[in-house]
Amino acid sequence: MSAAPTQQGRLATEFAKGVWKENPVFVQVLGMCPTLAVTNSVANAIAMGVATFFVLVGSSFLVSLLRKLIPREIRISTYIIIIATFVTLADSALEALVPAVHHELGAFIALIVVNCIILGRQEAFAAKNPPLLAIADAAGMGLGFCIALLCLGGTREILGSGSFLGVSLFGPHFEPWVIMILPPGGFFMLGTALMLFAWMKQRRAARDGALA
Amino acid sequence: MNELFWIFISSLLVNNFTLYYFLGLCPFFGVSGRLTVALRLGVATVFVMVITSLCATALNAFVLPHAPYLRLISFIVVIASTVQFVEMAIKKLSPMLFRALGIYLPLITTNCAILFLALTQTSREYTLLQGLAFALGGGGGLTLALVLMASIRESAELSTIPAVLKGTAVNMFIAGMLSLAFMGFAGLFSAS
Repeated sequence: MSAAPTQQGRLATEFAKGVWKENPVFVQVLGMCPTLAVTNSVANAIAMGVATFFVLVGSSFLVSLLRKLIPREIRISTYIIIIATFVTLADSALEALVPAVHHELGAFIALIVVNCIILGRQEAFAAKNPPLLAIADAAGMGLGFCIALLCLGGTREILGSGSFLGVSLFGPHFEPWVIMILPPGGFFMLGTALMLFAWMKQRRAARDGALA
Repeated sequence: MNELFWIFISSLLVNNFTLYYFLGLCPFFGVSGRLTVALRLGVATVFVMVITSLCATALNAFVLPHAPYLRLISFIVVIASTVQFVEMAIKKLSPMLFRALGIYLPLITTNCAILFLALTQTSREYTLLQGLAFALGGGGGLTLALVLMASIRESAELSTIPAVLKGTAVNMFIAGMLSLAFMGFAGLFSAS
């Protein structure tokens, strides 16, 4: 076996793990503040997902490039400053491109700085691996985060306003569950999602046990 | 005076940082297992918030008009240094508490409630006193939510919970109900 396919295989594994098996929201339960705060509509969820994806990939790449230069004692502060730089970029870009969404999300774009998923990936992965692998890992985690946001945002918008991306789905006779787009709905939806994941894990464990 | 009071009450109850804005959820779920620990982490967070609010007002007045793009970075540096200071103080004064708080103490740095506080008081152009009222109310609200959650969880430990709901899932539902209860305060303002 030559080196190239192994390298590619490694990239694919690092990418895939973040999307499903180690999904940052549903499995690791990280980054809950933005997850709950912005998922009251699909448009907000997409904007937040894309911004976080950009920041995560950008800072993972930079941290991985600089990993041999950053002294151990001040690594966390260095990571935070790198992340803050990318967030400032994303913030200005969103303000210029989609001002309405930027206004709606308000401070939450800036709060990407303190999203524990991003800092966690720098510390756990980017600081120890070469740039290509770090990008694959960051892209997988970012995509997993986007998927989680879309699931929650989609369900909450469909139930809470009876629409998807602002397009009405059920006609005028649908009585929306307003609670779903209010704060308590966020907690209830994420609780349900976590319950679903725990249930699937239990079933898989039971099946593996039966096979063994 | 009246206005300061309203800023305080609104950030304490109506727009509670944790239950309305979903801020600071990591410690909210992480350290709410024990009541005493929860209360002390809350107090430490309030302290960091007050210092941050003061520093943010100073930065807004003197530094940031010259370099607005440095806002995020300078705020985070202020917060990180304050947390470092609190960490050293607690380690010296109460090693027991230091161990109980564990990783959640340095993680106050990445508590989104604190950065939110600094950014919001900037965008709402609060004065020094208004900022202080906002910090005390927001921090108090965070502590209140943390303490409520901890006392509920201490009682919930004794009850039987289905296996799929154990852990974070059931805490989510508890938090949802707390948040539902706090929505009842929303009427306070129309009455004023």
